[in-house]
Amino acid sequence: MARNHVTTTINGDPVEFLCDTEQTLLDVLRDELHLTGSKEGCASGDCGACSVTMDGRLVCACLVLAVETQGAEVETIEGMADGDRLHPLQQKFLDHAALQCGVCTPGFLVAAKSLLERNPDPTESEVRYWLAGNLCRCTGYDKIVRAVLDTAAEMRE
Amino acid sequence: MAAVEKIIENRIDDKTTDSKALKWVGTRAPRPDGVDKVTGRAKFGADTHLPNMLIGKVLRSPHAHARILSIDPSAALALPGVKAVVTRDDFPDQPAGAVQPAGEMIINYRDMTRNIMAREKALYEGHAVAAVAAVSDRVAGQALTLIKVDYEVLPHVIDVDEAMGADAPLIQEDLITEGMDPAPEKPSNIAKRVEFGHGDIETGFSQAQVVIEREFKTRPVHQGYIEPHACLASFSEDGQADLWCSTQGHYVARGHCATLLGMDVSKLRVTSSEIGGGFGGKTVVYLEPVALALSRKACQPVKMVMTRDEVFRASGPACGTSMQVRIGATREGKITAGDATLKFQAGAFAGSPVPAAAMCAFAPYDLEHVRSVGYDVLVNRPKVAAYRAPGAPLGEYAVESVIDELAKALELDPIEFRLLNAVREGVDSSYGPKFGPIGCIQTLEAARDHDHYQTPLGSGQGRGVATGYWFNIGGQTSATLNLSEDGSVALVVGTPDIGGSRASLAMMTAETLGIELDKVRPLVGDTSALGYNMLTGGSRVTFAGGIAVVGAAEDLIRQLCERAALTWDLPLDDVEWIEGEARPANGRAGSEAPMSMAEIAKDMAKSGGPIVGRHSTNAQGAGPSFGTHVVDVDVDRETGRVSVTRYTVVQDAGKAIHPGYVEGQYQGGAVQGIGWALNEEYIYDEKGKIENAGFLDYRVPVCSDVPMIDTVIVEVPNPEHPYGVRGVGETPIVPPLAAISNAVENALGIRFTELPMSPPRVLAAIEQAG
Repeated sequence: MARNHVTTTINGDPVEFLCDTEQTLLDVLRDELHLTGSKEGCASGDCGACSVTMDGRLVCACLVLAVETQGAEVETIEGMADGDRLHPLQQKFLDHAALQCGVCTPGFLVAAKSLLERNPDPTESEVRYWLAGNLCRCTGYDKIVRAVLDTAAEMRE
Repeated sequence: MAAVEKIIENRIDDKTTDSKALKWVGTRAPRPDGVDKVTGRAKFGADTHLPNMLIGKVLRSPHAHARILSIDPSAALALPGVKAVVTRDDFPDQPAGAVQPAGEMIINYRDMTRNIMAREKALYEGHAVAAVAAVSDRVAGQALTLIKVDYEVLPHVIDVDEAMGADAPLIQEDLITEGMDPAPEKPSNIAKRVEFGHGDIETGFSQAQVVIEREFKTRPVHQGYIEPHACLASFSEDGQADLWCSTQGHYVARGHCATLLGMDVSKLRVTSSEIGGGFGGKTVVYLEPVALALSRKACQPVKMVMTRDEVFRASGPACGTSMQVRIGATREGKITAGDATLKFQAGAFAGSPVPAAAMCAFAPYDLEHVRSVGYDVLVNRPKVAAYRAPGAPLGEYAVESVIDELAKALELDPIEFRLLNAVREGVDSSYGPKFGPIGCIQTLEAARDHDHYQTPLGSGQGRGVATGYWFNIGGQTSATLNLSEDGSVALVVGTPDIGGSRASLAMMTAETLGIELDKVRPLVGDTSALGYNMLTGGSRVTFAGGIAVVGAAEDLIRQLCERAALTWDLPLDDVEWIEGEARPANGRAGSEAPMSMAEIAKDMAKSGGPIVGRHSTNAQGAGPSFGTHVVDVDVDRETGRVSVTRYTVVQDAGKAIHPGYVEGQYQGGAVQGIGWALNEEYIYDEKGKIENAGFLDYRVPVCSDVPMIDTVIVEVPNPEHPYGVRGVGETPIVPPLAAISNAVENALGIRFTELPMSPPRVLAAIEQAG
C-alpha cells in the first residue's frame, strides 16, 4: 500500500512525513517523528493525554488522522516553552506541585493554554469543565486547578 | 481562594527531632524531575525506541474460562515480517511452592508463569495465550488473527459469594484451602482463610447494649493509572539482556523475569522509565517476560505496549468483595466487641489482600474483644494486584459504616464516638502488635476542630466522617552518593520515582550534608548501579529511602572529615562537619580555615582517591499512619447523582519532607476514593466478559466532578526515621469509601451497603424509600 506524503507545520517548523492512511496524528508524532511528549493513555479520546492544537483548535491527537494535518499548524507540548523560558503555565505547575507522575501533564498544559487563550479570566468552574477531558489519577486535580487560576491571574497583570 | 497550608505539629522529645532549624526538609523546594515533565522531555515506558526494533502484541483469550486444547502458530509464522511467536511452551514451568514476598503481595512463580501466559487453561477474558513479534504494529496485529487456538469453553464464576458455593466451577481443580483446621478434603475456590484478633467475641457482645450487624458488597475496580503498561526488551545472542520498562520496582521486575525465563538474575539489566502512575498495579510483570522471550527468539529488540482495553482486561485489577460486620457498644459509647468476615476476590490465582484488610479493619479502635476473618477466593478475573493500601479501604468501609450507624443509634457525635474508642500509644492493636507513637487521636481532634466540621451544612446536604489506617513498610534499600570533582554530588537511588521521591530524597541528602539543594542531582539508577532495592510501594520510599540517603550522606561526611583530618594532620576526633564544611574542633577550633566539599573534592586524588558515600539497609520501624476524612455531599433526588461539595483530609505524616507532595498524596488518594465510592466498577456480561473496558464507561473522577480537597498534615514524628517520616501515600484512600457512604446516609437517611453508589443505584434506593 502506498503511503501518504504529508506536508505540515509542527511547532512552527516545516515537517514532511510519510504515513499509512489509518495512522493517527498521535502515531506519527510518537512513532515517526519521535515527539513523545504527547502520550497515549487510551487511543479513544477519553483521557486527553495526547492533547495538541491543530490550527489553534484543541484536539486529541489520537482522534485525528495524520493525513488531516496536511497544510495545518500543529502545536505540541514540545513547542510550549520559548527556548529556555518556560511558559507561565509550565512554571506554575512546578510551583504548585501540580504534577506527580507527570504522564498527564503535557496534555493538561496544552489544554490549559488553549483555555487561557480563549478566556484569560476563567472561574474555577470554567477551569474544571474545560479540563474535564483530561484525566489525572494522581493529584485529585486540586493543585492543577490552582496552578491554572494562578497563571491566569499572573498573565492578566 | 485560600492556599491550603496547615500543618499541626506534635513534637516529641526524641533523637529524631531536635530544635535545630531545618533548611530544606519541610520546604516546597523545586522538583528535580519537574522541568522534564512539563516540557514533554521525560521518557515514560512507551517513549523509547531502539534501532532494528520489533513490535510485540499479545493474543488474548476471548473466554472467561476455557481449557486450551491446542495452539497452532504456523500460519502466523509464515506471514512475511513476523519474526517470532511465543506460547506456554516457551516458558519453563515453575515448582509449586516457589513463593516469595514482594512489597505488599506474595509472589508464587507457578502462578505467575501461568498469569503471564496461559498454560492448561485460560482463566479470564483477556488472559494471554500467545504473543507475536513483527516488523510493524500492523503486521503483528495481522499475525495474531492467524494463530489458531482450540478452546473447550468451561463454566465460569465472577462473584465471590457464588465462587464459594459448593457447586461453583473450580478455577484450579486441585486447590485445598489453607488455614483451615482440619484441612478440607475437597478442592474449592477458597485459597486461604485468615483470622486476626484477641479476647472472646461473644463475651464482648454480651456486654453490649447496642449491636449492629450489616452485610456489604463492593464491585471490582481498577487502579486506573493513565500510562498503560509498556516495555522494551533486548536479548543478546550471548544470553545477556536489557529491559526498559515502566515499573514500580525494576529490581523486583528483574527477579521475576529472570526466574520466569530461567536465566541468571545478573545477566538481565532493568532500567525503569519514568512511571505514569501505578498505585500498586505496576508491582508485577505482564508484558516484560513476554517481550524478553520474543526478543530472545527473534534476536532483535521487541517493544510492547498495552492498549487501554488490555489494561482493563488483563492487568491490575483490585478486588470485589462480600463482607459482614457486627459491632456492639455500651450505651455510654464504649465498643465492647467487633467481628468482621471478609470475602475477597483473588482473581484466577491466590493472593488477594484480604489478610491486610482483616488486620486494618478494626485498627483505629482499642478493643478488648475483636475478631476479623478473611477468605481469599479464586474467580475468573485477572489475578488482583495491589491497589494503594491493598485491601484496607474495603474492610474499613464496612467497619466505618457500622461505626457511623452505632454513633447515630447512641446519639453521639461520630468523631466523639471514635475518640471514646480510639487507639493510642501503648495499646495492643486489633491484629497483634503494640502501637508505638501514633496520631489516631490527633487526626480525629484536628478533624473535629476544623472549620469544615464546624460549618453548618446547606439544605439537603449530608456530612460523613471516617477514619482509616495503614501499616506502611520499610524493606531493602540502597543509595550511593558519588562526589564529583567540583564538590557537587550525584545521588543514585534504586526506587522508581512515582510522585516526587527524587525531590524528597535530595532534600534529606542536602539537609544532612549541609549543602545547597541544587548541588545534589538525584537519579534513579538501573539494576546494575546499586545493591538490591525493594519496589516503590507500601508508602516506603521516603521512609526507607530516607534512611538510606541519610546513611549515605553520613558515610560521605565521615570520609570528608577523614580527608580534612589528613590534610590538617589532626586526629579525626578533632574534625567536625558543620554547615557543609569540615572544621577543626575541640581544642583545635579555629586553627585551620574550614574546608568545603568543593575544596576537599578538588584535591581528592591527593588525599586518597574517589569519595563515595554508600548505605544499604533493610529498613525497619515504618511508622503506621491514621487519617480522618470529612466530606459533604449533595444528592440530586431526580437523577441519583451524588456530588461531593466539600472534602477535608486530615492525616499523620510523621514529618512532611515536601508538604506540597504530601498534600498531593492526600488529595489524590481522596479522589481515587471518591471514584471508588461513587462510580467505578467492572461490569461483566453473562459470559464473564467485561462490558466497560475503557475510560468512557469505566468512569474515573474528572476535574469537574470534584471540589478542592483541603488537607491538614498532622506531624507525630516516627522515632525510627532520622527526620520523623511515616509513609503517606496509601492511607489517604482508606477513609473515603465509608466517609462518603456515611455522608450519603446523612443526606438521604438511606444506608447504602453496596458500592459504588452510582446514580442508578442511588436513584433506585430513593424511589424504593418512597
